Formats: sequence, structure tokens, C-alpha cells
Amino acid sequence: MGLAKRIIPCLDVDNGRVVKGVNFVDIRDAGDPVEVAKRYNEQGADEITFLDITATHEGRGTTIDMVERIAGEVFIPLTVGGGIRTCDDIRAMLNAGADKVAINSAAVTRPDFVREAAERFGNQCIVVAIDCKQVSTEGDVARWEIFTHGGRKPTGLDAVEWAKKMVALGAGELLLTSMDRDGTKNGFDLAVTRAISDAVHVPVIASGGVGNLDHLVEGVTLGGADAVLAASIFHFGEYSVPQAKQHLQQCGIEMRL
Amino acid sequence: MSLSDRSQTADIVIIDYGMGNLHSAHKALEKVANGRKSVAISSNPDVIRSAERVVLPGVGAIRDCLGEMSQTGLVPVIQECLANKPFLGICVGFQALMSRSEENGGVTALNHFPGEVRFFGDDLTDHEGQRLKVPHMGWNQVMPTRPDHPLWANIPAGERFYFVHSYYVQANDPDAVLGHCQYGPVQFAAVMAEDNVAGTQFHPEKSAQAGLQLLSNFVDWRP
Repeated sequence: MGLAKRIIPCLDVDNGRVVKGVNFVDIRDAGDPVEVAKRYNEQGADEITFLDITATHEGRGTTIDMVERIAGEVFIPLTVGGGIRTCDDIRAMLNAGADKVAINSAAVTRPDFVREAAERFGNQCIVVAIDCKQVSTEGDVARWEIFTHGGRKPTGLDAVEWAKKMVALGAGELLLTSMDRDGTKNGFDLAVTRAISDAVHVPVIASGGVGNLDHLVEGVTLGGADAVLAASIFHFGEYSVPQAKQHLQQCGIEMRL
Repeated sequence: MSLSDRSQTADIVIIDYGMGNLHSAHKALEKVANGRKSVAISSNPDVIRSAERVVLPGVGAIRDCLGEMSQTGLVPVIQECLANKPFLGICVGFQALMSRSEENGGVTALNHFPGEVRFFGDDLTDHEGQRLKVPHMGWNQVMPTRPDHPLWANIPAGERFYFVHSYYVQANDPDAVLGHCQYGPVQFAAVMAEDNVAGTQFHPEKSAQAGLQLLSNFVDWRP
């Protein structure tokens, strides 16, 4: 008996609509984030993360409305990431009913933002999203660097050192995405997941690369992740959340079933 | 209901002292009250005083929460409510009901329940020596110690609830504990209740069906 590992479906939203589609049987409109969130909630998802890819300022208002509608019907933790740059952005999301926000590039631009946000809103709602790529070559000591702009722009920052710094500044949780693995379906980058999980005392969410249920298991057992995040394997009906949970449980991982 | 509507009276009032996300608790209570009772968020002492029952939320550091309670002048009305109406503290709102917390080198709290709020520690490990993450974040099981209490109605033993906290409650009076949770070597009070006052360390408003059931039980509670 103890703390369960978490499974977190992740949805991309644009102007308050789920994009990339979600394939559920008997759902009327797979683009409606409320319907999608309700369905994942019914399936037993432990949390839901929304990645807001809305480009326009006006569109952000739509995202806030969306969070508000979801928070009125889905009573599990909700995280919103994407475009969180100021304490006002955070306040707007929390007021709408988000429980946590994920700060990504704004932390790189100005690390003190993480400290200010944690002081103002509490560490429990500040997730720092870390996008990294392996920069060492084979045979060398493994090294990962922080990349921004969807993995296009290197920063020179060492990922493990960065993770420690973010926690020291007040991050309550880290969302770690391997940009090498994202979208590949080849599984998480387990080495960086393990390196960061061992380096910090806060929970680490592994993300990027999930293609099957064994990948989720490895994220926990080999990567040391406290939670695993996945998008496409759930969206397109390859696996359901209950299937995933049962598989992890069968592999000896404590889950909320 | 608008969050700025601070002067409207309601059956259930969520006390707003400037800390934390009140929206989720508000929505969840509205859902379970289902029109039977009105729910409002308020920092107005008269509105709080006239409520049938109140909820005290709280997140972040207990020192900040107690500081805000005191700065907003709400401590006396909170004490009044503790004396005379169904009261539910959530997370740090629950911890604030204890005598003191060891956070920030020691903080005196509201002293309703005798006991201490303690830190999990930086070097918490499980029985296999694996390091445990702090905060204790996620879904953990709660074992009722008084399963016949009305707050446990229709909630099975060992149900999981959503926790996020680095400090835990150690109650002096075991009879006031309704349910325990275990994190590594630490067993702590996950739910307490005595007379008209209850508190949960977890977030019932974020704990899916089990949490909604507990909130519904609170709405119907006649201590």
C-alpha cells in the first residue's frame, strides 16, 4: 500500500479545441475538450495535461473558458502548459480551475520567474517543463541539453543541472520531455529520466516517445518516473487508460484502478 | 456564480483569505449540493458567519496561510465557525487546525486539534531503501479508523484520494482520526473529525468520485 504511479493523458489545444483528434467510440465531437476530458476521467486517468498551442492573445481567452468548463465537470488534477509567461497568466489559469501550470520557455528566458511563481502560488502548482536532447556522442559520458522552440534552439544548459536549479527555485514537479524521442514511439529516453529523477526530490513526469504499454512500465521501473504522460497511444484508441493501468499493475507497479 | 460576488449569503461558504485555488472546491461542492444548497466563496465575515457550514481551503506554506488569515482579520470568525457549525478544512486548511507546525522553524496554528504538523524530510525512504519524493504527490490509499463515521458513508476502505503536501498531521488524540494514510515509513492523519469539525489532508475536490462522495457526505453531515 502506498502512493500510486500516475498516468496522464496529454491533449494539445488550439483556441479551446483539442487538435490532433481523439478517437473514442461514441463520442460526439472529439474536438470538444470537455468531452475528451470527461472521457479520460471516466477511464480513470489520474490527471490531465493540456498543452495550449494557441498562437493569438484572443485565443488565450478561449483556452481559459475551456479550462473553466472542464473544471466544472472533471474533478481530477488539471495542468495547463504552453504560453505561461507571467504571474497573471498563472493567475488566470488557476482562477479558471487549473490546478497546476507548466512553465517551459519562460523559465529559460528568466529563471527567476519560477521562483516568483512558486512564492506567489505555492510550489505544488508550479510544474517546470524541461525539453531536452542528448548532445553527447556514443562512447562519451551521456549529456543532455535544454532546447527551446520545439526542440530547434539549443540553450547550452545541461539538463540535469537545469532540473536541479528549477527545483531549487521552487518547481514542485518536473515534466521531462525527450525531444529526441517525442513522436517516435520508440519509448522514453530512460537514461535522462533516471538521471533527473535521481537528482531531484520532487516528482518527475516522463514524456516523449511512448509507443506501447511496456514503454510506460520502463518509464517507471528503469526511468524512475513518478508519472508517465502520453498522447497518441490513448488518443487513437490503440490502448485505453484502464488497459495501461492494468498492464502496469501486472508488472508490479502500484496503480489506482 | 461570480467569484467576485463576495457579499451574497449562501448555505455553504468557502472561506477566501487569499490563498489557493478556490474554484475547484466551489465547483465540486456545487456539483454535490446539486441545487439542494447554495455555495459561495467569501471573505466577508458576515457571510461566513451566516453560513450553515463552511470550508477552509489552503495551499502552499502554512505560515503564509496563517499570515493571510490573520491579515484579513478572519481568524475570529474562523474560530467562531469552529465552535458552532459543520466545518471542513482541506489540505493546509486542515493543517492550520492543529496546534503548531514545524514549518519555517515553528509556527503556532489555530490550535483546534491538539497535535503537530511535521515535515516528511529530505531523506525519506521506503522499506527497500528507495528514496521517496517529497512532496507526497498523487493518489494514495486511506484506511478508515472509524468506518462508521457519516463522512465515510458510501466510501470503501482503502479508497485512493489525491494528495499534494510536504508536511503531514500527527494528531495527539487518536480518537479524532477518521483515517490514516501511509507514505513510506510515515503514517499520518489523512482525515480527522471531532464534534462539528473535520479536516482532510487530501483534496476531495480533486479526488474524482471518492472525493465527491466525501464532499457530499460533508454537505449532509449533521454533527
